[in-house]
Amino acid sequence: MAYLLKNARVIDPQMALDEITDVLVEGESITAVGSDLSAGDAQVIDLSGKVLVPGLVDVHVHFRDPGFEQKEDIASGSRAAVHGGFTDVCTMPNTKPETDNADVVDYILQKAQKVGLCHIRPSAACTKGRKGEQLTEMGELVAHGAVAFTDDGRGVQDAGVMRRVMDYGKMFGKVVMSHCQDEGLVGSGQVNEGVASSRLGLEGWPAAGEEIQIERDISLSEMTGCPIHIQHITSARGLDIVRNGKERGVQVTCEVTPNHLFLTEDSISEGYETQFKINPPLRTEDDRKALIQGVVDGTIDCIVTDHAPHTRAEKAREFELAPFGMTGLETSLASMLTNMVRPGLIGYDRLVQCMAVAPRKLLGIPEVKIAEGYPADITVFDPEAQWTVHEEDFLSKANNSGFLGAQFTGKATEVLVSGKLVMKEGEVIE
Amino acid sequence: MSFNHKHLLSMNDLSESDIMTILENAVMFEEVNRRRIKKVPALRGRTVVNMFFEPSTRTRTSFELAEKRLSCDTINAGGSSSSTVKGESLGDTIMTLDAYNVDCFVVRHKYAGAAKLVTQYTDACVIDAGDGKHQHPTQALLDLYSIWRRKGTLEGLKVGIVGDIAHSRVCGSLIRGLHTVGAHVTLIAPATLLPARPDVMGADATTPFFDDVLPELDVVYMLRVQQERLENSPFPSLREYSLLYGLNKSREHLMKKDAIICHPGPINRGVELDSYMADHPERSVILDQVFGGLCVRMSVLYLLLGGAENGISA
Amino acid sequence: MRDDSRLKSVVMDAQEVDRSLTRIAHQILETNHGADDVVLLGIVTRGDNLARRLADKIRDIEGREVSVGSLDITFYRDDGALAASPMAMPTQIPADLTGKKVVLVDDVLYTGRTIRCALDAVMDYGRPRCIQLAVLVDRGHRELPIRADYVGKNVPSSRDESVKLFLEEVDSETSVKIFDVSPGEHVGSAPVGGDQR
Repeated sequence: MAYLLKNARVIDPQMALDEITDVLVEGESITAVGSDLSAGDAQVIDLSGKVLVPGLVDVHVHFRDPGFEQKEDIASGSRAAVHGGFTDVCTMPNTKPETDNADVVDYILQKAQKVGLCHIRPSAACTKGRKGEQLTEMGELVAHGAVAFTDDGRGVQDAGVMRRVMDYGKMFGKVVMSHCQDEGLVGSGQVNEGVASSRLGLEGWPAAGEEIQIERDISLSEMTGCPIHIQHITSARGLDIVRNGKERGVQVTCEVTPNHLFLTEDSISEGYETQFKINPPLRTEDDRKALIQGVVDGTIDCIVTDHAPHTRAEKAREFELAPFGMTGLETSLASMLTNMVRPGLIGYDRLVQCMAVAPRKLLGIPEVKIAEGYPADITVFDPEAQWTVHEEDFLSKANNSGFLGAQFTGKATEVLVSGKLVMKEGEVIE
Repeated sequence: MSFNHKHLLSMNDLSESDIMTILENAVMFEEVNRRRIKKVPALRGRTVVNMFFEPSTRTRTSFELAEKRLSCDTINAGGSSSSTVKGESLGDTIMTLDAYNVDCFVVRHKYAGAAKLVTQYTDACVIDAGDGKHQHPTQALLDLYSIWRRKGTLEGLKVGIVGDIAHSRVCGSLIRGLHTVGAHVTLIAPATLLPARPDVMGADATTPFFDDVLPELDVVYMLRVQQERLENSPFPSLREYSLLYGLNKSREHLMKKDAIICHPGPINRGVELDSYMADHPERSVILDQVFGGLCVRMSVLYLLLGGAENGISA
Repeated sequence: MRDDSRLKSVVMDAQEVDRSLTRIAHQILETNHGADDVVLLGIVTRGDNLARRLADKIRDIEGREVSVGSLDITFYRDDGALAASPMAMPTQIPADLTGKKVVLVDDVLYTGRTIRCALDAVMDYGRPRCIQLAVLVDRGHRELPIRADYVGKNVPSSRDESVKLFLEEVDSETSVKIFDVSPGEHVGSAPVGGDQR
């Protein structure tokens, strides 16, 4: 199948490209970019008024498959990803069984292929059972398609173990991603330690519980030479530690979620809204502002969702019993367009940088440029589309979004994955 | 004077006038509770379910007696035999009981926000009888009542709260309540027993040094040492705790002549209070708190459930 | 206080109220052969003031004190007292009522429901030898089999009217007046203090 994508504003900072032009997609690749392209057999899609960018990548999602398919599975997760404008996602290893062996990686990739909507790039655990003790068979995992290592959901508690993960893992050329959480400090922390914990009578989850491991992992990266990626950064101080590491030349990158960019601990009232219970927790307004600045100045490399679906029943429980996490794939791009691009905090090129270019580089997956010969992984969005977040519009199985009721301007409309049109005018095509 | 609340979930919801309405009304119930026939028909035919998901003899007894003396029909649910143990969600448990057209749920629960959660599953009024480390509004109200009855006022009083403030649901309510009525609250504890932001809870000052502030206090509120929490070692030993924070005879010379002592019970004698202080005839209002608790709970139940159809005729 | 524009008529002035109370005081003494064991219990509000006035008169006549107290029936009401006001007023029972001759005192007798509540309340304080009822005004329209033993004045009224007692010590004038009320509006002597606003 071939498509001639006409009249979109095509933006790709990698090509210094920002103009209204046409893109020809044939087979799995982009075969031409420019005006006056002849359609030939290609289906013409008019994208007037829309923006076309390299396909968006989310390097932090939980698809819960295998093991927790009542929350989400690879099919529903893929639908949600495409619906939100993503061509690639990196799934986290806290499945059941854990993604700590090649069989589970195979299973995920095979199922993703069968679903055939977006690219699924599985990460694998760095320690067996994510217990923080024994290394996983990293060589075999990479051979089967794992793109990164992380014990996400938990931090590796022992610094010696983390050092071995990085020392051993670096030979495979994959990034180690770190969920920073010192369990001694965090304990059974529920919400940010400070105003929220005091107001709500909940155990506090102190920012230091995260910052200590950020500091540690940057030191270990310096020591071992293994690149380190700090997952879901939440605090101003944590960000400063990363900034400082980058200035020293350490191979450290980091990510942030729209949750932490656009929400704070003040969202949780005495109504104990469990949709705002996430790990690490929502923090203060000062932290939030610092994170915004981190996206603007480039300290933060990637925007991720930490898409963490849960069933309604699980989230309807007592706050302390409800699981951590909120969904995000279907609101991420829209929230960034609405809250960052529209107010002029960042331009489209920075958006593309942290939602497409940097994530690909982080995972070491093939580059996508809007240029001849590159994979046709393309996202198109309508920057003027106004919409309100309703749970019935989600394609994810879950509705535990912290953005229900939010009004956004901007929405993904078309997505091509390997040259296949998987969403058109906002409708996912299966 | 009016009281426009459907539930009692948090002291944060109550204005000074709400608090005083509850306290002044409680005075009327003192008279009822001293009669030979300690029962009035005010809430005849109302059904109250005491849902105690966590053991609590004091609070449950006090509520149950308050309900009975107002002529409510009461049942006790929850506890180890409850369906929660069998895996039923809180919502399902409440909806099941609500099918009997219950008028009021009194909820004690291990987790914060549970009482509020209950309101999502019933139209009945809900009284929080302690949710996790969050709130215990009737305890705070009875404390305010006992202090008010003894001191004649609340505004401007200097109140010191001593002990495990971080893990106390009583404090979640009491500090806010004292703040609302214009008392000055000082928290006295080591940092390991303090919340991250006492100011957010309504405290005016905090100090780890008991003896420094004791001479200024009109009310010394001693919290119970929760021995079950000692495994987290917030302090080295009961002995050291008692040395630093125990209110005993040796500290009496530091106290104002008319300073009073409160304690939510049960007391660990010899730890936070010695018997001399706990039983002090002038200073201790601990037993007043128990009696006041009954009157205050009657007042709360009456104010929440007593409202009825229009048409008063003489 | 009610808007005067809806005032229909003044049925008793201060002098008439005083005369009626004097007569009732005499009748109470006559019926009970003196003041022995008599306890006057005024139903709050207004009834308690009347009871105290009666006690004063009995003292003037007999030259001795008679027991007087007040009774708040808020907790005994069957019609949701809170609609008017949540606050109960103090009840003061001067003595154990067992064996006593209790005279309930109220301002206006209407449906009889207040008195029914008061009877329940009194029983909870003991077992009096008898209970009598004194009211300043009987306006009719009884809904229960209750009648007064001592009546200041019978005032025929319609259900669309409110009969109200004003007392010098609370209202800075003493009188009994009739007002028009709109259908459905609160009618009666509001023993929980609803009219004090």
